[in-house]
Amino acid sequence: MFFRMIRGAFVRQKGKMLMIALTIALGASLATAMLNVMLDVGDKINQELKTYGANITVVPKSSSVLNNLYEVEGGEEAQEAFLREDELGKIKTIFWAFNIVDFAPFIDTTADLDSGEEVRLVGTWFNHHLDLPTGEMLDTGVANLRTWWDISDGVWLDEQAESDPNAAMIGAMVARREGVGAGDTLHVKTRYGEADLKVVGVFDAGSDEDEEIYAPMDLVQALSDTDGYLTSIEVSALTTPDNELAIKAAKDPSALSVSQYETWYCTAYVSSICYQIQEVITDSVASPVRQVADSEGAILEKTEFLMVLITILSLVGSGLGICNLVTASVMERSNEIGLLKAIGAKDSAISGIVLTEIVLTGIVGAVIGYFVGFGFAQIIGHTVFGSSIEMKAMVIPIVAMLTVAVTLAGSIPAIRMLLRLRPAEVLHGR
Amino acid sequence: MSLLELKSISKIYGDLHALDNVSLKVEKGEWVAIMGPSGSGKSTMMNIIGCMDKPTSGQVLLDGVDISKESDRNLTAIRRDKIGLIFQQFHLVNYLTALENVMVAQYYHSVPDEAEAMEALRRVGLADRAKHLPSQLSGGEQQRVCIARALINYPELILADEPTGNLDEANENIVLEIFRQLHAEGTTLVVVTHDPEVGEVAQRTVVLEYGKITREIHNESFEAKTAPALAEARN
Ligand SMILES: Nc1ncnc2c1ncn2[C@@H]1O[C@H](COP(=O)(O)OP(=O)(O)OP(=O)(O)O)[C@@H](O)[C@H]1O
Ligand SMILES: [Mg+2]
Repeated sequence: MFFRMIRGAFVRQKGKMLMIALTIALGASLATAMLNVMLDVGDKINQELKTYGANITVVPKSSSVLNNLYEVEGGEEAQEAFLREDELGKIKTIFWAFNIVDFAPFIDTTADLDSGEEVRLVGTWFNHHLDLPTGEMLDTGVANLRTWWDISDGVWLDEQAESDPNAAMIGAMVARREGVGAGDTLHVKTRYGEADLKVVGVFDAGSDEDEEIYAPMDLVQALSDTDGYLTSIEVSALTTPDNELAIKAAKDPSALSVSQYETWYCTAYVSSICYQIQEVITDSVASPVRQVADSEGAILEKTEFLMVLITILSLVGSGLGICNLVTASVMERSNEIGLLKAIGAKDSAISGIVLTEIVLTGIVGAVIGYFVGFGFAQIIGHTVFGSSIEMKAMVIPIVAMLTVAVTLAGSIPAIRMLLRLRPAEVLHGR
Repeated sequence: MSLLELKSISKIYGDLHALDNVSLKVEKGEWVAIMGPSGSGKSTMMNIIGCMDKPTSGQVLLDGVDISKESDRNLTAIRRDKIGLIFQQFHLVNYLTALENVMVAQYYHSVPDEAEAMEALRRVGLADRAKHLPSQLSGGEQQRVCIARALINYPELILADEPTGNLDEANENIVLEIFRQLHAEGTTLVVVTHDPEVGEVAQRTVVLEYGKITREIHNESFEAKTAPALAEARN
């Protein structure tokens, strides 16, 4: 009987039920799209923003002082301070290790070319495989930190596949001046040795780096007699935008109270991440590349805020729509409802019928909405981020819960009306 | 003990006394007609007896229970268990068939029983219309479905408000025959009408005017027998 009544109501109120389903579908689709994008957007925006490079640089303490005081440009004579290569892995052991997305060590020296030109020779990781002390694995290096490099000839140096220890990538200016390209050999000579570099790729960075040569870490360390040492580390970390506390802490962490210190230390401010890096890398100074670090967190936060806002507004919108439609539907049926009450149906029984109808409609709407919303997410993914959005399983229960909540909330006024309805008032045509 | 007893009930809307200090007793098995001009308070009285409204003052005893102070929830239960309602505008659920409309009342009372519902339709001469929707039935047939629905749970009291108000003469007679038969079976009937013909067939007629009972007429020639009209309708 219950089902006959529900079915009857559906058949009779096809139009209205369809409208309710569509309203719910609209809300659910926007919620699905936004949640999917939002849960995926961290990675997406991150990928976008990483094109701006690292947001933290780590240099040896004395070099930092010298650089700051005299603005000395990395001449070997001026400074003999280095970071220790064996401490690199510790960067992934700090409190905010999870926020460290990429990092790469650098060692640099000057080398002479056969043409008599002097170039900067930089040793680094390209896509270095790292087994962390924590048991995790990580592939990191300039391939991730210099995504904007345009490889005009050859390919990116693949450290893990390349067998030649002398493989190198050269800047576009060097390549042009020396007349070499991918596959050619370039002879370099330093104070401590010489090598025939095998050019695997020529890059166009649009900056001073076009004048430089990038080679594997070990090779450059050997050529500069700095085995086990580094001149700098670049780190790309996800950060929280600074607030007053972060600014105060950045000036002097020891000025904080214990609880302020805890809060600061346990928040992913760029200053606290820098501080934690300094704790694990001996005699180092980690400093933010300020603007990028800020905007990265801020954009992420603003985008998420925007999406939460759209989700809430769309749910409120569909809640109001549902409210209208359900109220209209109950009003249209006030005679029938009055009659059912008159022949002995309890309020709960009638509310049960109406709610079952709405929830069934809601489920249909939510399922349609979920798939449409997933489509929206893909459109957003492709137009905004140029890649597809991953289907996050956790979106399904969230959307289901939100739709049920919104549908039920939207039905409250109608149910209240239904409960207030007195059979005597409708049955005698008053 | 009377099945129904109104003890000086009043229903006041603002300063309008829709019912003004009305007292009335209805015995088990009685057939009472309530008559009176429009606005005299007939429907108001029906609603109070039918547990759909409460008096402003006074007591209503149904089967010895005072229903004037019950909660809405209990009133629904009392109505469901003791009263069968018939309305002037029929009031059927229009997406359910005649049979299903009868079964709805069973459903809210206890459990739907198709055979029993079918039997109720047969009683009102509608066995062959069981699968029709209300829109496919004539007014008279719709009212008979309502009567079948009112009967289905064996109520102690059948309350009808202008049951023949929207019917032609032939259908009116069929309905009256059914009432006559119900009466013969011992069902208590309270029928509101302003049609003298409908009033006359009752055992007793109570006349309401301006919310007060002004007259009571006992029908001397009353006889409870099944007239040919119903027998015809059943075949
Ligand atoms: N809910 C209400 N609010 C205010 N006044 C009401 C209400 N219900 C009924 N009345 C008034 O009470 C009086 C009696 O109404 P009632 O419906 O009982 O009359 P009736 O005898 O059934 O008339 P009719 O024969 O036209 O159906 C009328 O004057 C009516 O306007
Ligand atoms: Mg009336």
